[in-house]
Amino acid sequence: MAVIAQDDDSAVIVIGSGAGGGTLANELCQKGVKVVLLEAGERQSSATFINDEWRSFKQLAWSDLRTTSGSWRIARDFPNLPAWICKTVGGTTTHWAGASLRFHAAEFRARSTYGAIHGANLLDWPLALEDLEPFYSRAESKMGVTRTSGIPGLPGNNNFKVMYNGAVKVGYKNCHTGRMAINSRARAGRGPCMQLGFCFQGCKSGAKWSTLYTEIPAAEATGNLDLRTRAHVVRIEHGAANKVSAVVYIDAQGQEQRQRARVVCVAGNSIETPRLLLLSTSTRFPDGLANSSGQVGRNYMRHTTGSVYAYFKEPVHFYRGTVMAGVITDEVPNNPKRGFVGGYEMETLSLGLPFYAAFANPGAWGPEFARLMDHYRYTAGMWIVGEDMPQERNQVTLNHKVKDQFGVPVPNVHYDDHANDVSMRSHAYQQGEAIYRAVGAIDVIRTPPYPSTHNLGTCRMSERARDGVCNKHGQTHDVPNLFISDGSQFTSGGAANPTLTIVTLAMRQAEYISQEMSRREL
Amino acid sequence: MTTIAHAGTLCVESAARRDFLRSSSRLTGVLVAHSVLGLLAPTLSWALELKHLAQTEADCVLILAKTLYPHKELPDAVYALVVKDVDDYATDGAALLSAQASIHSLNARVGGQFTQASDGQRRQAVTQLIDSSFVQKVRGICITTLYNNEMAFAHFGYEGDAFSKGGYLLRGFSDVSWLPNPPPDVSPPFPA
Repeated sequence: MAVIAQDDDSAVIVIGSGAGGGTLANELCQKGVKVVLLEAGERQSSATFINDEWRSFKQLAWSDLRTTSGSWRIARDFPNLPAWICKTVGGTTTHWAGASLRFHAAEFRARSTYGAIHGANLLDWPLALEDLEPFYSRAESKMGVTRTSGIPGLPGNNNFKVMYNGAVKVGYKNCHTGRMAINSRARAGRGPCMQLGFCFQGCKSGAKWSTLYTEIPAAEATGNLDLRTRAHVVRIEHGAANKVSAVVYIDAQGQEQRQRARVVCVAGNSIETPRLLLLSTSTRFPDGLANSSGQVGRNYMRHTTGSVYAYFKEPVHFYRGTVMAGVITDEVPNNPKRGFVGGYEMETLSLGLPFYAAFANPGAWGPEFARLMDHYRYTAGMWIVGEDMPQERNQVTLNHKVKDQFGVPVPNVHYDDHANDVSMRSHAYQQGEAIYRAVGAIDVIRTPPYPSTHNLGTCRMSERARDGVCNKHGQTHDVPNLFISDGSQFTSGGAANPTLTIVTLAMRQAEYISQEMSRREL
Repeated sequence: MTTIAHAGTLCVESAARRDFLRSSSRLTGVLVAHSVLGLLAPTLSWALELKHLAQTEADCVLILAKTLYPHKELPDAVYALVVKDVDDYATDGAALLSAQASIHSLNARVGGQFTQASDGQRRQAVTQLIDSSFVQKVRGICITTLYNNEMAFAHFGYEGDAFSKGGYLLRGFSDVSWLPNPPPDVSPPFPA
């Protein structure tokens, strides 16, 4: 492992070690670039992961104080937990379920495809599917995505069996066990899935791809990586020119440290990334770094989500096996006749008893809720993942009234559902309910969204500098050696789970950065 | 996590230790011998010593938990875990006062003893007081405690930790037999 001196300004600093940051760091190291990887959390491993929902949550989740506002139900049910994402080496790739679906061509052209939608700040991406296809293929191979690269699909569990039979009965044609970054057979030094059912808690068998035990050790093996854990970045500094020069972080001992840099890449997930830019003010950048457009923190997207749970006469034991055991993609293509633009996926989802109690109907009590719990072993469930509209008012801002453990203003996450989101969710609830009724559900419950795992759009890509924060390489319009390397770049959300696209963009960005470094443009 | 073993050993409190306790109230019960939990527990009788709540207060919190999350077959031993957490919460003097005031309100709403009121009366009283901070506190404790222990897992049919048992690959991850199996192209068999 490399040890890079704090006054050495020749390295690339990557902030965050998840899907974007962990991948980018490794790709750069493989090309011979020295990287300082700053991670706010601690390093766990498959051996230290815990098959216990609440204890695992305490081990992995980003639980620093955050505040919420807006009409979304999260602000009422979980006012200080807008997002369920992770603070640990590997970031939220420890927690993700593994669904790895590509965006469709039309989803990169959201504004052109959907037209002007009142209240939505829609924009086409500054790149097309063709630009990403070769990188998508490389990302799928890297991550070992089933049903790509010659890798067989995973076997479906009970929860899938219920969803599949219902899907067929209501006439859906596209339902299978998904494209999952979970080994269906041993591959890349990792074993096959043991069907543990604890995908969200860090995969103890290592079958699920996570940067923690793939990208990061590979980067370490090059001798080019300097990984620093419990390094919580509080500010990015710039020099005389419009270039960033150093990153300031609080280390594990609570001491402030300053690492000089040639290039800085921010991959703190879509809440911390804009927060960090907004915190990095100066006379030259009074509204925060790379924010001449005023778009930093805006257009926060979190996918139109919700869950449908149903219970049956016969047992299901839906918690056995992969959490996302299958997907229905029939509702993905845009079809405004349904009363909304964009589309959605339906994916199986299960929760253990403790989290089912906490999330199935937050705030509920009484006999009806008790009946739901009484039928836990007879329950099947699915999650809806649909495209939500980017809105300027849906925004991550600094809450100057509330400070975190370092005395830094916490992020406030504001979100109002757009009418399109409400229509889509309503449609998806109806379809999900129909699927389970078709196979004999006794009762069906519509569960409101969980704290967001898909946080997107807060430093979006745009062709023109005035419409967004970064260009098609994630390079900020205002500061050429500052990059956005996570889901914050997304110009629109699509219907697909975002991790595959985040990894794909990181691989493409690594090529660009190393080329520009060779050309002395960076 | 509180386990069945804890329920069996909670009663082991020395007399000397009890002298330091502000109250010496306790909850006791007996598990049904042929129930799932009765088969799992080391002893059928259980007892929970409380440090802060008086006997009537502890009884009331137990009934409050059973009103909030009424599971007819779930033994009191599981609800007692909620009372234990509320007792811990009442370590703080202000919290204890809030609990006492809330219990007073619950009694007032049913015009007598909350613990003696009918299901309907209790539900109505809780509906009226659901937004009060203490009732919300107990509700929150119910969510994180009542459904997060080995006894509840056994009762509701959740198998908890799976890694130590080798996962479900050979233990029924796809054992549903009341529906046809999906075709192999959508759900391939586990590769040999």
